[in-house]
Amino acid sequence: MKGRTLLRHSKEGVKNLGRNGWMSFASISAVTIMLLVVGVFLLLIMNMNNFMSSVEEDVEVRVYIELATSDEEQAELEEQLKDLENVESVTYLSKDEGLDQLIESLGENSEAFESLRDENPLNDAFILQAAEPQLTENVAEEARELPYIDSVDYGEQVVEQLFNVTKILRVIGIVLVLGLMFTAMFLISNTIKLTIVARQREIQIMKLVGAANGFIRWPFFVEGLLLGVAGSVLPIAAVITGYHYLYDNYADRLSLNFAEMLPIFPLTLQVSLVLVGIGILVGVWGSITSVRKFLKV
Amino acid sequence: MIEMNNVSKTYANGVNALNNIEVVIEKGEFVYIVGPSGAGKSSFIKMIYREEKPSEGIIRIHGTDLTTLKEKDVPYLRRKIGVVFQDFKLLPKLSVFENVAFALEVIEEPRDVIRKRVMEVLDVVRLKNKARFLPDELSGGEQQRVSIARAIVNYPRVVIADEPTGNLDPDTSWEIMDILENINRNGTTILMATHNREIVNAIKKRVIAIEAGRIVRDEFRGDYGYER
Repeated sequence: MKGRTLLRHSKEGVKNLGRNGWMSFASISAVTIMLLVVGVFLLLIMNMNNFMSSVEEDVEVRVYIELATSDEEQAELEEQLKDLENVESVTYLSKDEGLDQLIESLGENSEAFESLRDENPLNDAFILQAAEPQLTENVAEEARELPYIDSVDYGEQVVEQLFNVTKILRVIGIVLVLGLMFTAMFLISNTIKLTIVARQREIQIMKLVGAANGFIRWPFFVEGLLLGVAGSVLPIAAVITGYHYLYDNYADRLSLNFAEMLPIFPLTLQVSLVLVGIGILVGVWGSITSVRKFLKV
Repeated sequence: MIEMNNVSKTYANGVNALNNIEVVIEKGEFVYIVGPSGAGKSSFIKMIYREEKPSEGIIRIHGTDLTTLKEKDVPYLRRKIGVVFQDFKLLPKLSVFENVAFALEVIEEPRDVIRKRVMEVLDVVRLKNKARFLPDELSGGEQQRVSIARAIVNYPRVVIADEPTGNLDPDTSWEIMDILENINRNGTTILMATHNREIVNAIKKRVIAIEAGRIVRDEFRGDYGYER
């Protein structure tokens, strides 16, 4: 295609937005509303996912060391633990530190346990972090096989349930996001199609005057692209300012000590890119597929 | 040159529009196609610019066989044939200038060439002063003239006019005929389907009469026939 023809198609696409003012407005509105919903939902889902990952990261395996273990044997055990597959880190926790943590975690009732300090019932321990939270169980099983070990604990019941819950939530999240995106695409491209059906006669005339299909299609391509971009402006602005506001005002209050809101950057940028991407995709797709139907003259 | 060999057309709904049409139209001829409504005039015309395909037979335009013409080559055929439609078929959101220019844009002419040529043909159809108007702002005769301007703007070898005076008052019809005769004088072949008895009888040209899908008469310098 010649350069000036490309320029002509681009200009024509821009002009068509104006020539079909109300139709363009309707299409842009549809894009805007759907992308707004998708954007808010994406922020929600990505934060939820982040939150769940934080919770999962907190899962650890405690390997309690036999009381009668010598220092060399303990060092040997530490090496063996480090050599296990899927173990990310091994930290030593003395029984005194262990008791401190325990008492601290009990909060108000802790005084009753202060007496334990004289005769600490706990063992020294190694704390293992699995490379992937889901591998925690495997790591625990392998650790059990090693010598000089009193017991291995990773909160089997709780952890299993936790992973089940996060798994289900993730699946629900993905299904909802995909469902929403498809609905958005369907609704938007349908609105665009309706506006183009109204121009069926125009397309037929162009063909009768000797326009090739590509010649007719290009301005529609440009038009669809612009519709998508124009429709994503407001949602992107809303996503950025809205998330800024939430983050500035509520990040501290919403955060728990193990999970926080995702930082503004790069999250809002990622969501913005997804939104403009969807906008362009459905704009162009809706535009081109509806034109194609009328090209057979 | 337009050549039809044993051409028949039956539509999908079973209507038999044309039967065994045999005709040769030489370059530079001016031909009226006459006949009652529903006789097959429109089908005859539509097949020449390939809006319809024949069910049987062969159509050749300047040596190109339309029955084997590929879909992607149809636009190139249409660029060599200017069509003046009875209902004008102007693009409603484009100005007069833009409507005429469109036929040149599709062949990717440079802008300055387009500008010059469009103003020339608008001069021929005497609409230079209305170049910026939208079709809706024009009278029927003016719209028909825009349609003619668009049909002739890229120097087609054939101009086909489907009842170009069908919607117009007598004075305007004569104006349109003036324009068509002028184009014909420059060597362009003209095919004109019409119901206008006065015009056919006054401006004597070849007359092809179609009835019930058959050519029943083909005379040089003929009359409209079908006496009242």
